[in-house]
Parts: sequence; structure tokens; C-alpha cells
Amino acid sequence: MTGGKNSMDGKKNSMETFRKVLRYLGAYRILLVLSVLLAAASVILQLAIPLLFGEAIDAMIAAGKVDFETIRFYLGRILVMLLACGAASWLMSLVNNRLTYGVVQDIRKKAIRKLQALPLSYLDRHSTGDLVSRMTADATLLSDGLLLGFTQFFSGVIAILVTLAFMISKSLLITAMVLVLTPVSFFIAKWIASRSFQMFLRQSEARGQQTALIEEMIGNQKLVQAFGYEARSLERFAANNQKLQEYSQKAVFYSSLTNPSTRFVNNVIYALVAFAGAFLILAGNLTVGGLSVLLSYANQYMKPFNDISSVVTELQNAMACAARIFEFLEEEEESADPPEILSAAKGEVAVRHVDFSYDPKKPLIQDFCLETEPGMRVAIVGPTGCGKTTFINLLMRFYDVDRGEILVDGKRIDQISRHSLRKNFGMVLQDTWLKHDTVRENIRFGKPEATDEEIRQAAMEAKSWEFIRRLPEGLDTVLNEDSLSQGQKQLLCITRVMLCRPPMLILDEATSSIDTRTEIQIQQAFDRLMEGRTSFIVAHRLSTIRNADRILVMKDGVIVERGTHGELLEENGLYRKLYESMTVQEA
Amino acid sequence: MRTVLSYLKQYRRESILAPAFKMLEVLFDLLVPLVVAQMIDVGVASGDRVYILQRVLLLIGFAFLGMACSFTAQYFAAKASVGTAASLRQAVYSHIQSLSYGELDRLGTGTLITRLTDDINQIQNGLNLALRLLLRSPLIVFGAMVMAFTVNVSCALIFAAAIPVLAAVVFFIMLVTIPLFKRAQSRLDGITELTRENLTGVRVIRAFCREQEAVREFDEKNRELTRLNVFVGGISALLNPLTYVLVNLATIILIDRAGLQVNLGNMGQGDAVALYNYMAQMIVELIKLASLVISINKAMACAGRVEKILEVRPGLRYPETQGETEKEADEKIGGAKFWRPAVETEKPARSVAEETEKSARDAAVEFSHVSFTYPGAAAPSLSGLDFRVEKGQTLGIIGGTGSGKTSLVNLIGRFYDATEGQVLVNGKDVRNYKKGELPKKIGIVPQKAVLCKGTIRENLRWGNEDASEEELWKAVKTAQAEEVVKGKKGGLDFMVEQNGRNLSGGQKQRLTIARALVKHPEILILDDSSSALDLATDAALRKALREEKGDMTVVIVSQRISSIRGADRILVLEDGRPAGWGTHEELLASCGAYQETYDSQYPGEREKRGFAAEGVTA
Repeated sequence: MTGGKNSMDGKKNSMETFRKVLRYLGAYRILLVLSVLLAAASVILQLAIPLLFGEAIDAMIAAGKVDFETIRFYLGRILVMLLACGAASWLMSLVNNRLTYGVVQDIRKKAIRKLQALPLSYLDRHSTGDLVSRMTADATLLSDGLLLGFTQFFSGVIAILVTLAFMISKSLLITAMVLVLTPVSFFIAKWIASRSFQMFLRQSEARGQQTALIEEMIGNQKLVQAFGYEARSLERFAANNQKLQEYSQKAVFYSSLTNPSTRFVNNVIYALVAFAGAFLILAGNLTVGGLSVLLSYANQYMKPFNDISSVVTELQNAMACAARIFEFLEEEEESADPPEILSAAKGEVAVRHVDFSYDPKKPLIQDFCLETEPGMRVAIVGPTGCGKTTFINLLMRFYDVDRGEILVDGKRIDQISRHSLRKNFGMVLQDTWLKHDTVRENIRFGKPEATDEEIRQAAMEAKSWEFIRRLPEGLDTVLNEDSLSQGQKQLLCITRVMLCRPPMLILDEATSSIDTRTEIQIQQAFDRLMEGRTSFIVAHRLSTIRNADRILVMKDGVIVERGTHGELLEENGLYRKLYESMTVQEA
Repeated sequence: MRTVLSYLKQYRRESILAPAFKMLEVLFDLLVPLVVAQMIDVGVASGDRVYILQRVLLLIGFAFLGMACSFTAQYFAAKASVGTAASLRQAVYSHIQSLSYGELDRLGTGTLITRLTDDINQIQNGLNLALRLLLRSPLIVFGAMVMAFTVNVSCALIFAAAIPVLAAVVFFIMLVTIPLFKRAQSRLDGITELTRENLTGVRVIRAFCREQEAVREFDEKNRELTRLNVFVGGISALLNPLTYVLVNLATIILIDRAGLQVNLGNMGQGDAVALYNYMAQMIVELIKLASLVISINKAMACAGRVEKILEVRPGLRYPETQGETEKEADEKIGGAKFWRPAVETEKPARSVAEETEKSARDAAVEFSHVSFTYPGAAAPSLSGLDFRVEKGQTLGIIGGTGSGKTSLVNLIGRFYDATEGQVLVNGKDVRNYKKGELPKKIGIVPQKAVLCKGTIRENLRWGNEDASEEELWKAVKTAQAEEVVKGKKGGLDFMVEQNGRNLSGGQKQRLTIARALVKHPEILILDDSSSALDLATDAALRKALREEKGDMTVVIVSQRISSIRGADRILVLEDGRPAGWGTHEELLASCGAYQETYDSQYPGEREKRGFAAEGVTA
């Protein structure tokens, strides 16, 4: 979000946003018109019905002098209008529902497509929570705001106009007076709102701090207890809680002053109307019946104003949400996909003089060169942050290189379609991402048409069949956040790749969360899988990589050593240091 | 609800005054039509301009008084509701401090956070509304009804009939829509979850070229949500028009009957107007009441959930629990008795005897026939554990994923109680330590490296508030975190963000080790806590620990042979059972599981060294 430097800017932005929202609404033009018409109909009827009741009461003058025919006539009309009014306002709600939920559905639809098309650099830079809240919470708030806006704004405006018309028909003078005095209640409301806004700001700040504290302390409650930190934790919470109480109390109090204050102004206006009316009657310019109509309208006239003012804040809120959503929707997408396709690759990868950095100020990978023959096994080792995973990002074209080129089977990877490139790679990451779905769907993620037999085969090879079989519902078990251990999740990720049998493999710390004995078993599966396939292995466990055909040792984005396990040990460099720290007997 | 009310009690004065002033305001509001009527009937009729002016001033005076009363009511309501919510929050927070791991597992920290934040906020809103409006609406409805009966019984009967019908309609619609709204909410949650999944899994989705499918799945859920929303919205949108139509139908009947009554001479025209007005007023309040009931209902549901948390009793009992902090907490919880001081009645005499007998040769940690089953689990996570670690020794625990290593370590700090057998620390059953005593002796470095918002210094001082600068740096050096701290702006004053997200995994892990060392624990537990360290750092850490540890007992949990091979004793765990016990060499010679693990990490090494090992044992 841009911190609006001045209110002009802010206004311009919110107008801009409003225009964009209107563009989305454009698709629902007919519904929009229908909604306004229905609102008008229901409001006019609602305002007219009391008048008719008045006429009916006027027809009962005294005992024996009741004009039943007139009463029945009016009551009959009221009944018809009443039903029409009820139907109109229900239909209006239906139309508005369809309208706003439709708009939100459209926005979400766009957002999910956007998400798939955005470059990873954008997604990596933005927190998941923020993006999720834009796509869901903000969209919901927008729809709520729009819904309320439509139902109340139109009916409010129409109600004001119609009431004014009725009032003018009774007395122009009093109508003018009411019109002049009404803004007073607005000013008061606005004044209070600006005061209480400060309080709300402080309240939400204190609440934000409290939520953060709660998330951290309660989220790590076990740690708190293990360190005997309970008393301090309580103390910190108490201090914060007290502050929140103080600010909340003020915020709640000040904001609740609005209604009584505007009600006071309205009551004063009411009294003044009565006063002016009384004198007009004395002057013979108004009847008693006329005054009672004016008085009741003077009351009713204020209500839509109050509604509209609450709608305005609601709409402002909605616009703020809309702005956040549009910001996301207007983000630049990944460069267009070239049409050329890489079909089943042999696995010849060439990396030539590649430079890359996430932040132009901090160079990361520099002059990276690598040529592989089909079927070669390449391992990359090095300390944390040396650029191992970044290389994988470039290979999969999650990021584009800054300089140099990467070729697969002699084709530059930025000149073939991303899908065709990625289909040639099987990837297992340290982060074991699984869908909230059945085991079956997760395994055949890359090959949706796979049969259960194929799945079973792959699972046997990846050594995951044993535990899958023991799950409560086997392949049909729906996976939850904690239904599997880290190791089991990783086995499923491996099975997922096992099923696809891609020509090239990427294992990025794939076995780091599995114990070494299980790893040995998986390793055998991997070995089978890697047979004849070019593979890239990132690991910090040396046991995983010692069989590689070529080992690259990276440090600070540069390849400092390369060779086989044996050669590198001879070289007496960084690799040997890493290796020895693990194997040398220390006792 | 009762608990919430017990917290409201401290604001007894405010919670009586708020509705009282609100009712005064209503009174002033209700007087207005009467004054206007006087103005017209008396003032206008007689042309008395002074009288008219007086009445107008009276009206303005009433308006002012009404506002003043309302302000007062709002003030008291705000004070009572916010205050109650704050002390409730404090009570829940301190209650959570007293829960043990078992309850935390069962409740889930996510739930606890929601209870503390959203739920209590809802309670605050509901309370505020209730204090201001709950008495007002029924009063007006009742008043209007009474007034109607005084005007004309026959007409008032229509009121009596209309109210239940109206209530039934409102109730029915709410009954139908509330579960539907809940369903819509859970569908929305589903969308949120799916969005999150798409974001966290973006690499995998792209790697498997599943973008289209992801979009399709999302579209489907999105469509479903919209369909449900439109449906539910349609039903709930019935509420207003329907009540409106019903009310006016009742009014039509009322006017019709009023005509008859007036014709019979039972009442005048003015009475008909009055009845009409009462009907209108009553209806407005009934509808307000309905929406009020919804919000209060929500708040009550929240109150119920919060209460459930407060009712959870800590699963661990301590001897002489009535320490300072507990006392305070107990009072804050409002006299509800959560901790009955649990005097160990089982075997005080025997454990005293044991203590004296053993004091000379106390082991730092001893497990005696220990098994442990997580509450609700079918099979034990640990069983048949019998071992002791002498003071100053290093114990290595090795085993595959899910073999029970962390569970075992958790028993040492008594985060759970063993289901069978005894865990002893310094020769004393862990259950005989007073609350807070055991954590002081133990420094734990958990598997998941977590730091909290605050400076590095504050984080390091978690377990030892008075640690000097020197002590901090010493711990930092031992934990191999010196270069981490020095590399950060401000060194020890570097601000760590929430959950330490501005530090890398390895940096966090080193700092969590330092944090445990700052405590100067008697027993240091490293629970697989070097997994994010590269091998060189891991080795340097172990070397430094060995040199600096003094008489500290160290328990190292790991999957890496290299991390534990230097330990005095190694326990090999397999599926929660001991599969081997001894030194590295002994285990290499005799323990199958250990050999396999070794082979997996040092392929080919054992053949080379195997003879030497055998030579030693032979």
C-alpha cells in the first residue's frame, strides 16, 4: 500500500479504485439498473403507506360517524401496496446479492489466475499471509461493503428525495429549515469520528501488539514453560493488556457518542419544526394534520442520512480493500512463454557464465559454468546461503538468469515453454508440500491419469507403501496438517516424482528430514530412479553425494572446487574440511 | 456465561448504572410526543405564543438531558465491558501458563490464540451491547403493549396475537440461516486454505505444471461459495420484507377493528392514532431486539468456548503448589478452583527414604522402568526404559524419525508424566519437585529453533534474567554464534522480529543453544538441535561444549552418528524401545541397529575399522 502523502493523492487514488470497481460492476449493468428501480419502488411505497393509514384514520371521525367504505378502500390499497413493497424489497436484495457476490467471484477468479502467472520473485518477496488476506478477507470485505452500500445507499438517496417531495408539498418554509439544519448533525458526527479515529488508531495499535505477543507467547507456550518464563510472559502481557484496556475504553466510549449527539441535533430540529409549525398554523398557513405529517417526516428524513453516513465509512473501507486487491491484480506477470517445446530431453545440460542475484546490490551467483552429459549425477555442496538452492531456481526457470545462458539438449531454456522444460524435471524439495487431499491425489499430482497399480508400484519403489498401507484409509486417507511425520511426508513427495519418471531429477535437500537408515533405503530407490537420468543433488549430508559423478563445492555464489569424491578429498580444500568435520573421530 | 458474569461483578456499579441511564434517556424520548401534543392542543388552540415557546424550550431541554443520560450510559457500559474483557483475557492468559504440555497438545495453540483474541473481543462487544440495549427494547415493547391495553382491550388483542407470530417468523428464519451462514463461513475458510496452499506450494505446482488444475479447483470452490452465499443471502433477505409485511398486515387489521370500535363509541379518533403509533414503535424495537439477540447469542457462544479453556485443569500436579505466582493467578481466575494443592499422597515416605539412601551416588538422570503413552494414543510411545546418566556425563540418544527421542527428553523436564515407572533427576522423582524448580535445572534446545520479538540480549536472557554481559558473550561463543551476533547491526541489541523471521535457520539454532547455556543449567538437552548447522559448525559446537561444560550433564539427541559418537553413553532407540546402550565402540561391535545407522552414514568405513573394534572387545 502506498502511504498517501496528501489527501489529494488519496482522493485521486480512491476515485481511481472506485472507477475500477465500477468497471467490474459494468458486467452486471442490467442487474444494477434493476436494483435501483426496485429500491425506488420499495422506498416510495414504504413512505406512501403511512399516508394512506392517516387517510383511513381520518375517516373515523366519531362514534357512529365512521366511513367504513373509505377505510376499507384505503386498507385494500394498503394491502396491495404492502405486498408490492415487500416483493420489491426482497427482489432488490436478491439482485444485490447476485451482484456483489458475482463481483467478488470474478475478482477471486482473476486473482487465482494472477497468482499462477506471477513471477516467483514477486511471491517470494511477499508474505503468504498478506497475499492470502488480499484474495480472501479483502475480497469478502469488499463484497460486504458493496452489498451494504447498494442496499442502503440507493434506498437512502431515494428516501431523502421522496421525503423532501412530500414535505415540500406540505410546507416549503419548514422543508427549507430542515434542509439548512441537517448538515449540523453531519458536522458533529464527523467531528466525533475524527476524534475517536485517533483513539481507534491507538486501540488497534495496542491490539496489534497484543495479538503479536499472544501469537508468539502462546504459540511457543511449551518453550515458555521449559525456560520458566511464565512470570515474565504474564508480566509483559499484563502491561500490554492494561494499555489496551485504557485505549479500548476510550475508543469505545468516544465512538459511541456519535449516535446520541446526532440524535440530540435531530431532536432539536424536531422541536424547531414543531415551533415553526405551530406559528404557521396560527398564521393559517398550515393545518394540524399537515404538521403531524411534517413532524413524522422530519424524523424519518434523518434516518436515511445516518444510514448513508455509515455507508460512506463502509464504502471507504471497501475501497481500501479494493485498492489492495487491484494492486495485486495489476502486478506484472511472468514474461510470455515461447511456443517452442522441449519434448523428452536426453538430459544434456549446459550452464554458461551465469550471473544471478535477487537483489542487484548483492551479487549472488557469479560466472557459474557447468556441462553435463546425459545421465550424469551432479552434486552441489557448500555452506548455507552459498547459492545451492538458487541454482535450482534458475534451472527450473523459477527465476531468469541475469547474464549468461542455460541450455537443455542444446536449447536455451528461456526459448522453450516453461511447461515443457519443467515436465522434464522431477523435483523433490526439503519443504514437503502436500495438498489437503487424499494420498492418492497427492501421489498422482504430476500424472493425474495414473492407475492405483502404478501408484502402488511407485510407492513400493519409494518405500512409502508400508506406511500408506497402514494409514486408516490407505490411499483414500485425506492428509491434514499433522497426520504424517516429516519423514513420511517426504516419502510421499518422493513417490510423487517416482510416478512421473522424468528424464532429469532435482533433489534439493530431499532427504534431510529422514533418518539415515530410511534414507539408505530411499537412496536405493533414488539410484534406480536416477539410472540414466541427469540429476542434480543439493545436500549437506555427504553420504548422499559421495557417489556423484561430479561434485560442485560452492561458497558465496562461486564454485570453488569441482571433481569426484576421491579427487576432492585429495585436493585438501573446503570439501575435505566439510568431510572431515563429519568423519574424524573426536572422542 | 457464569464465569464471564463473575468478572463483570467487579463492575457491578457500572453495570447497573449503564442500563439505568439508558432507560432515563428512553423516558425523555418518550415524553417528546406528549409535549408536542400539548403544544398543539393547548398552545395552538388558544394561540398562546409564550406557551408554545416554553414547550419548545422544554423539548430542547429534554433532548439535552437525553443526550447527557446517553453519554453517561455509554461511559459506564464502555468501562464495564472493556474492563471485564481485559480481566477475562488476563485470566485466560495466566491460566494457559499453568497448563502442561498434555493440555497444550490437546487444545492446540491456534485455538488458544483465537480464544484470547477474537472470542474475547466478541464477548466485549456483546457485553457492551447488552448493557446498553438489552433492557431497553423489551421495556419499550412491554410498555407499548400495556399502553395499548389501557386504550382499548379489543384492539390490543391484535398486538398480543401479532407479537408471537412475528417472533416465530424471525426465529424461524434465524434458525434456518444461522447454520447456513456457518456453512458459508466454512466454505470461505476452505477458499482461504486453498489460496494459502497455492501460495506455499507454488514451486511444486509449477514444477508439476499443475497451474491449470489449481485454477480449475479454485474456480469450482469459488463458484460453490458464491452459489451458497446467494442462496443464504436470499433467505436472510426475506427477514426484513416479511416482518414489514406482517407488521403492516397487523396494522391493517388494527385499523379495521379500530374503525368498528370508534363507530361503537368505545374510543375516539385520537386513540386510534395512539394505537397506530404504539404499534409502529413496538415493531421497531422488536426488530432491534432480534438483531441484538443475534449478537448476544454469538457473544454467549464465545463465552462458552472461553469458559471451556478456563475449566481445563492442568494435568501435572506439584507438591506444595501454593507458590507466589500461583496464588496470584488463582485469584485472578476469580476464585475458581483450578489447582487443588496436590499433596503427593502416593509414596512420600518411600521417596524420602530413597532420597537419603541415594544422596551419595545420585545420578543426574535416571529412568526406572519408564513407559509413556500420549493421552488418547493407543500405543505407548516409549516403553521399557531403564538407564542412568551420572553427573557431568554426556548421553547421546540416537534413533530414526518417530522413534521417541523427543518424547524421552520431554520426560526429563517433566513436561509430561511417565505413564509407568519413575523418572529421577538428581535422585529425586521429578514429580516431587516443586513447580518451576525443575525447569531451572534444565536447559533445553528444542528441535524447532524459535526466537521471539525483542533484542538478541532479551532473547538470551529468557531463562536467566540477571545474566551479565560477560555470561552472555561466553554462551554465544560456546554456541558458535559469535559471528552471528557480531554480524548483526547492534550486536546483542539487534532486534529480532516476531518468531525470529529475520534470522536464518542456522543462526536461530545457534542462538537458541546460547539461550539454553545462559541459564547455566545442570542438565543441557540438545534435541536434534544441530540439524540446521553445517557439519563444520556442528563439530566446532561439540568441541566447545566439551571444553566449557564443566560438571554440566549433557543430553544430545540426534540422527547423526557424528553428533553423538563422543558421548559417554549412547542410547539407541527404536520404536520407543531401547535397542542398544553403551559407548560408540561397544555399540558398533554389538548393536545391529547402531551398525546399520553407522553404515548408512559411513558407507564402507566399518569394514576398515571393524577389526580394530573387535580387537578391543576380544
